[in-house]
Amino acid sequence: MTATTSLPALRSVAEEAHAAPQPVEIQPIEIRTRSLSLSYGRKPALLDVSLDVPRHQITALIGPSGCGKSSFLSSLNRLSDLLPNCRVAGEIRIGKTDVLDPATDVVALRRRVGMIFQKPNPFPLSIRRNLELPLKEHGVRQRSELDAIVERTLTEVGLWPEVQDRLDRSALTLSGGQQQRLCLARALALEPEVILLDEPCSALDPISSGVVEDLIASLRGRYTVVIVTHNLAQARRIADRVAFFWLRDGAGRLIEEGPVDAVFDRPRDELTAAYVRGSRG
Amino acid sequence: MDEPIAWAALSAGRSRASGRGIVGRSADRLAAVIVWMTAAAVSAVFLWLLSDLVRHGAGQLSWAFLVDPPSNAGRAGGIGPIVQSTAWILMIALGVALPIGLGTAVLLAENTSSETLSGRLVRRSLDVLAGVPSIVFGLFGNAFFCVYLGLGFSILSGGLTLACMVLPILIRSTEEGLRAVPTEYRLGGAALGLGRLTILTRLLLPAATPGLVAGVVLGFGRAIAETAALIFTSGYVDRRPESVFDSGRALSIHIYDLAINIPGGELNAYATALVLVMILIITNSTASWLGGRLHAQHLLS
Ligand SMILES: Nc1ncnc2c1ncn2[C@@H]1O[C@H](COP(=O)(O)OP(=O)(O)OP(=O)(O)O)[C@@H](O)[C@H]1O
Ligand SMILES: [Mg+2]
Repeated sequence: MTATTSLPALRSVAEEAHAAPQPVEIQPIEIRTRSLSLSYGRKPALLDVSLDVPRHQITALIGPSGCGKSSFLSSLNRLSDLLPNCRVAGEIRIGKTDVLDPATDVVALRRRVGMIFQKPNPFPLSIRRNLELPLKEHGVRQRSELDAIVERTLTEVGLWPEVQDRLDRSALTLSGGQQQRLCLARALALEPEVILLDEPCSALDPISSGVVEDLIASLRGRYTVVIVTHNLAQARRIADRVAFFWLRDGAGRLIEEGPVDAVFDRPRDELTAAYVRGSRG
Repeated sequence: MDEPIAWAALSAGRSRASGRGIVGRSADRLAAVIVWMTAAAVSAVFLWLLSDLVRHGAGQLSWAFLVDPPSNAGRAGGIGPIVQSTAWILMIALGVALPIGLGTAVLLAENTSSETLSGRLVRRSLDVLAGVPSIVFGLFGNAFFCVYLGLGFSILSGGLTLACMVLPILIRSTEEGLRAVPTEYRLGGAALGLGRLTILTRLLLPAATPGLVAGVVLGFGRAIAETAALIFTSGYVDRRPESVFDSGRALSIHIYDLAINIPGGELNAYATALVLVMILIITNSTASWLGGRLHAQHLLS
């Protein structure tokens, strides 16, 4: 929204920044949550989470099972609206949008904020229709334009050579890794600004997982990425920043957040230290 | 890598030694035999029924039988007007029940979680309704459509009564079909900014087609085989109906009448029953073929 530098330049800056020892971050903030709480019925799942996610970087959410990482993601695109008895309180801003404002257009919001789930979830349609259905819903109707986007996004996720001659076959005939890449292509086709990924590699074999991971790493500099992962090595490899969640008194809380090296090597909190140490050893 | 193989060999050896394998295997075989026997018994009953119908009724069958009006109280002549009345009754029944059933099923599946009180109440009532004896529907249809709405003994009354009767079946099986659609499609669709209507029509309903088709087939079967609900509503006039406000005799009522009330009507009763069973078989296979086609077409377009 603000400070839109030309993309290639911005990307190379980000890449250098990642390779070199971390300089002071000066990226604008894309997602800002304040005192965000989320509960299912009476049961709190998240309490008082205030987190800033910088634009065009990769932020990894880590923490044990049940500490509310998925719930956090689903509040960002208001998918929480669909979860039974789920209530969200606090404040979320993405760019200039007040996400939790009931007047916010969720369809437009979800177009800007893509989401990838743990289990690849292509629709039981052809590969082509998987990509076209959301595009048509958002008003892209011209055949030539649709074809161009299909080819471009499939190329972007490295799937084009594999599927170009079977676009009209069911997407369910693809392997798990290919399905996950298709889902990513489907999200990218809508040209989102933010991409949320909920353990996108954990249902995949190591090779597919590596391919998807590289793909996610390649999103840096062009998209704001928030990824939940249980794989700390993965978080370390691809993330710029890490947020550590922990379950305390039955509710998930944000314990520590910062640049990836700081959180892993010089954690400020005892819990963080124990978690990154324990999971490593 | 070779650990599982070693383990398999070990366990095979042990079970052979202890004899458990042999017992297990013969129990397996027994179970298989029982399953096959029950399957064979079911098919045998159906085949016996069918062959009985064919043996007695096939001689009567001809094009003329299908189109001619009955004469001599049904002992002679055909079943033309009866086929026509039946078709009209069924068309009304399904034409009314299908949209209402679909709408209700969507409402139930998408808007009431299975735990809420109202959802449970509606579902329970539908399940009870689906099991209510058809004669009760007949009496209700007579009181409501024929008398209260003043439709009299007519094809319309009969069709509407049957619609009430098949609605619960249709709603429940469509609802189950919708509920069986994985939540991932809903969440995945919503996460892509698809509207509720798009998710419903492009993702959920196509995926629920098998359930819908099963419901239609069951409902159709129940409707075409119905006698008790129709005697009091569409009546048993065997003339060719001029409009849906005329009384008309359904196939099953014709069979009942010929078999019970008309001495010498047995052969035509058999022939009519054969026609009815054939219609059932044909519609069943057409419906499942069509359902499969719709499903596949949706997948690949
Ligand atoms: N749809 C739901 N209805 C009720 N409770 C839920 C629902 N989804 C999650 N919860 C509860 O909320 C808490 C947080 O769940 P969440 O899925 O956000 O955790 P998570 O950090 O993503 O865990 P995991 O690492 O296992 O995916 C858990 O206690 C869970 O049982
Ligand atoms: Mg989760």
